[in-house]
Amino acid sequence: MVTKATLKAVDGVSFDLARGEVLGLVGESGCGKSTTARLTLGQLPPSAGEVIFEGKTVPSSRTQQWRNLRRHMQMIYQDPLGALDRRLPIIEQIAEPYTIHGIGGSRAERREKAQALMLQVGLRPDQASSYPHELSGGQRQRVVIARALALEPRLLVCDEPVSALDVSIQAQVLNLLDDLRRKTGFSALFISHDLKVVRQMADRVAVMYLGRIVEEGPPEDVFHAPLHPYTQALVSAAPSIHGNRGRNRIVLSGDPPNPVNVPGGCPFHPRCPVAVVRCRTDVPSLSREGDRAVSCHLAGSAGGGGFSPAPHPKSKALEAV
Amino acid sequence: MFLYVLSRIARALITVALIITLAFVILRMTGDPATIILGPDAPPEAYEAFRRNWGLDQPLFIQYLSYFAAILKGDLGQSMRDGRAALDVVMERVPLTLLLTVPALLFNLVIGITAGIFAALNRNSWIDRAIMTASVTGFTVPSFVMGLVLALIFAVKLKVLPSGGSETWQHTILPSVTMGLIGAAIIARFTRSAMLEVLGQPYIRTASAKGLNWTDVVIQHALPNAAIPTLTIIGFMIGSLVAGAVVVESIFSWPGVGRLLVGAVANRDLAVVQVILILIGFTMVLANLIVDLAYGVIDPRLRHSTPAK
Amino acid sequence: MTHSGKQTIFKPKQQDFLIDVRGLTVDFDIGNHYVRALHGVDLSIRRGETLGVVGESGCGKSITWLAVLGLLGGGAKVSGSARFDGQELVGLTPRQLTAFRGGRIALIFQDPASALNPVHRIGRQIAEALRLHRGLTGKAAKEEARRLLDRVGISNAAQRLNEYPHELSGGMNQRVMIAMALAGEPDLLIADEPTTALDATIQAQILDLLRDLQAETHMAMALISHDLGVIADMADRVSVMYAGRVIEEASAEALFERPAHPYTRGLIGALPDIDGPRHRLEAIPGAVPAPSALPPGCAFSDRCSHVETICHKGPPILGLVGGEDDHSAACVRLDAIEDQELNLASQPSKLVHQRAGLQEGVEA
Repeated sequence: MVTKATLKAVDGVSFDLARGEVLGLVGESGCGKSTTARLTLGQLPPSAGEVIFEGKTVPSSRTQQWRNLRRHMQMIYQDPLGALDRRLPIIEQIAEPYTIHGIGGSRAERREKAQALMLQVGLRPDQASSYPHELSGGQRQRVVIARALALEPRLLVCDEPVSALDVSIQAQVLNLLDDLRRKTGFSALFISHDLKVVRQMADRVAVMYLGRIVEEGPPEDVFHAPLHPYTQALVSAAPSIHGNRGRNRIVLSGDPPNPVNVPGGCPFHPRCPVAVVRCRTDVPSLSREGDRAVSCHLAGSAGGGGFSPAPHPKSKALEAV
Repeated sequence: MFLYVLSRIARALITVALIITLAFVILRMTGDPATIILGPDAPPEAYEAFRRNWGLDQPLFIQYLSYFAAILKGDLGQSMRDGRAALDVVMERVPLTLLLTVPALLFNLVIGITAGIFAALNRNSWIDRAIMTASVTGFTVPSFVMGLVLALIFAVKLKVLPSGGSETWQHTILPSVTMGLIGAAIIARFTRSAMLEVLGQPYIRTASAKGLNWTDVVIQHALPNAAIPTLTIIGFMIGSLVAGAVVVESIFSWPGVGRLLVGAVANRDLAVVQVILILIGFTMVLANLIVDLAYGVIDPRLRHSTPAK
Repeated sequence: MTHSGKQTIFKPKQQDFLIDVRGLTVDFDIGNHYVRALHGVDLSIRRGETLGVVGESGCGKSITWLAVLGLLGGGAKVSGSARFDGQELVGLTPRQLTAFRGGRIALIFQDPASALNPVHRIGRQIAEALRLHRGLTGKAAKEEARRLLDRVGISNAAQRLNEYPHELSGGMNQRVMIAMALAGEPDLLIADEPTTALDATIQAQILDLLRDLQAETHMAMALISHDLGVIADMADRVSVMYAGRVIEEASAEALFERPAHPYTRGLIGALPDIDGPRHRLEAIPGAVPAPSALPPGCAFSDRCSHVETICHKGPPILGLVGGEDDHSAACVRLDAIEDQELNLASQPSKLVHQRAGLQEGVEA
């Protein structure tokens, strides 16, 4: 018998996505990235708020209207093998969206289109009749991408699309997604725990912590001059092959708290190396100036349409270790 | 933990109530006890008197309610044959059935689990293949064939064991072994796959990497984890042993509950049949309840049913 | 270059090493025949040193260490040599090896949640190691287990001893694994992707802990990772593996600043970075070949942009990279590639040099 508790996986998240734009969503496990993805696609009903896609509210029930919208919103998952049917040759899986939505002409025409998609994502024509288990991880992810692109979606939600792939393959898939975006102009919600991957792909980035967006802005600004103490810690903890040792790394103490039991005040304050008394009581709101936004009492407005970052915990970092 | 136990017990009670209902409905709807017990040639008044006497003239639903009310008062009805309390008629046979099923269960567990563990530890070797071949044979052969074959070998050909009856302890051997072999075959298979699954887990590698020798890794780390899935099948086993006794007791003319049931069904002795079905159902439910509680003891993840932090 | 004899074969000085693995091969029994997973691996670690072992899945980076400790099971045939503090480990009986496992050589694994036994309390799992390697039992073991938990940064250590792995977070469980490894007071810790399953902020905590412990106990460490960033952060020296062989070995500094082998360069070029200008990633074409279907000669030849006929002649051996005495790579075309690189270095599009230059610029 489980004690009932409300889990606010996502709490008051607002973001917008322009046509052709890629919004990166970063954060650690349990921060609500994937829930946000499912809410966006209408796979989960929000308890409050709404998702508007091309001027229309995305319904969260499986209505005809939802199916029509879903044609234009596709998803790519972390585990390509789980997203594919083991018993079907890949060409049929790529052609499947046409069948589901009853478009794409005759069987032969659909097959032809699927073949064109295969070439587009860098699969060889002779692989058409292969089954998913006969392909490598990178090739499987190409199949998933081809299938997602079959209906020429206007929004692609990518949930950790390269996390299960080896470095050399990861680069292939990232390049492929980038090329396809240039070619077809889809918008994307790109979710990853890996800051470097997000920086590579995103036009704008939002950092999530415990179901809230704590910082948002252009990747170069967010990753090179982070405002929020959490972003500062994330950026400093990202292992890089260049000069990591010399870097002033901020090591946060403790684990992210349970989303069932979100701390009062700023949700980040128990782990925040620079928290002040006010952080324990007042919930900060996401304030916006120019193209940047931050949710922190200590990241003050610098005037003239900019923020000043929260103080760097240089001395405190050592205590936190 | 307390809530866990309580929910399991509540579930068990509901299951028993469902079994009683099902037994009642099926038995009342298949054949008229009056015709069978009094014979086809009795005068019509005799049938009516019989039906009135046993309440069979009431609508089915009323019969059901009064039957249930009686059960709650502890009255399980009388045998239509000789008017004795049905519970007494059944209970006097229970010890005889236990005499077969308890050794069969022990045989089951000891042979089945040992064989399963050995097969898993020697995966793909001749030991594994031999055990698995025996296991497949064991559970594909129906129990009456197995019983007859054993009787043919040991009673008719070798003449070392009696083929039927209940006079000496030797009489228990063939029926117990028949039941035990089938159960052991199933348990061996389940134990093997549970062990293989556990042996592939990272914590087994951790245990080896810690410097434990292989025997200790198996005993301390693999077995407790493999016991968890194996328990499930043992719960089913206990229940099905009682049901299996019906066939085996008939083959070996063993005067236990199983043979009583066969007779009572043929005679439409409703109360007796019902008591036996309830008894079988109760055993199964009890066995599964014990298994569920044992899970809680073995697996700490179930003990804390609130989600981990 | 050709077989001009110019190539110097890399020969390290034996006596310096805590562990010295030479020509280690592993063959897996897959029913009717054997498949070779390791083709003569050479690795060595000095006392107190951290060796980073990097490579993609299937390159043999984990198998190497499991083979050394006899942890691959009956289906694997191990040959070659692995000398630990003068003692040959390959060929020892399982009983002889148990004395090393968890004692002088400890291991921690990738997914701490599944690497701990779910049905045993934390305290019992640590005490087991203490009994095996330090003969501690009862109260003494419990007290030492508490001290170890305390040492790896677990608060309420006494209470945690009575908890089960599922009651702890992933980061906490990895700390427990580390405490268990410390129980045997190891000279060598083999850390197999210790932070891969953990979140970035927790990864930083665990890496810091490992660094502290190493400074305190002077244990050597083999850090196995697919993450070049983690390796760059932690390792003194790095061995890069590909398809069951070490293809490059160098100090961390040399490796990341002057990668020699086309595969190493490929890996670095394929990596997005958080600093520096954004540019298209340089992906390595194709995929890692299956161990049963390696191309003839150099295993990387079918993905290499510098491939020539000579690459198919036979598997290249580790040879010193020109002008450096602690940097070797297994490529017969090293000299040719190096020349090519000099030409390209002036072009701003060449990733490695541009980045290295940028970094120096920042630090200067």
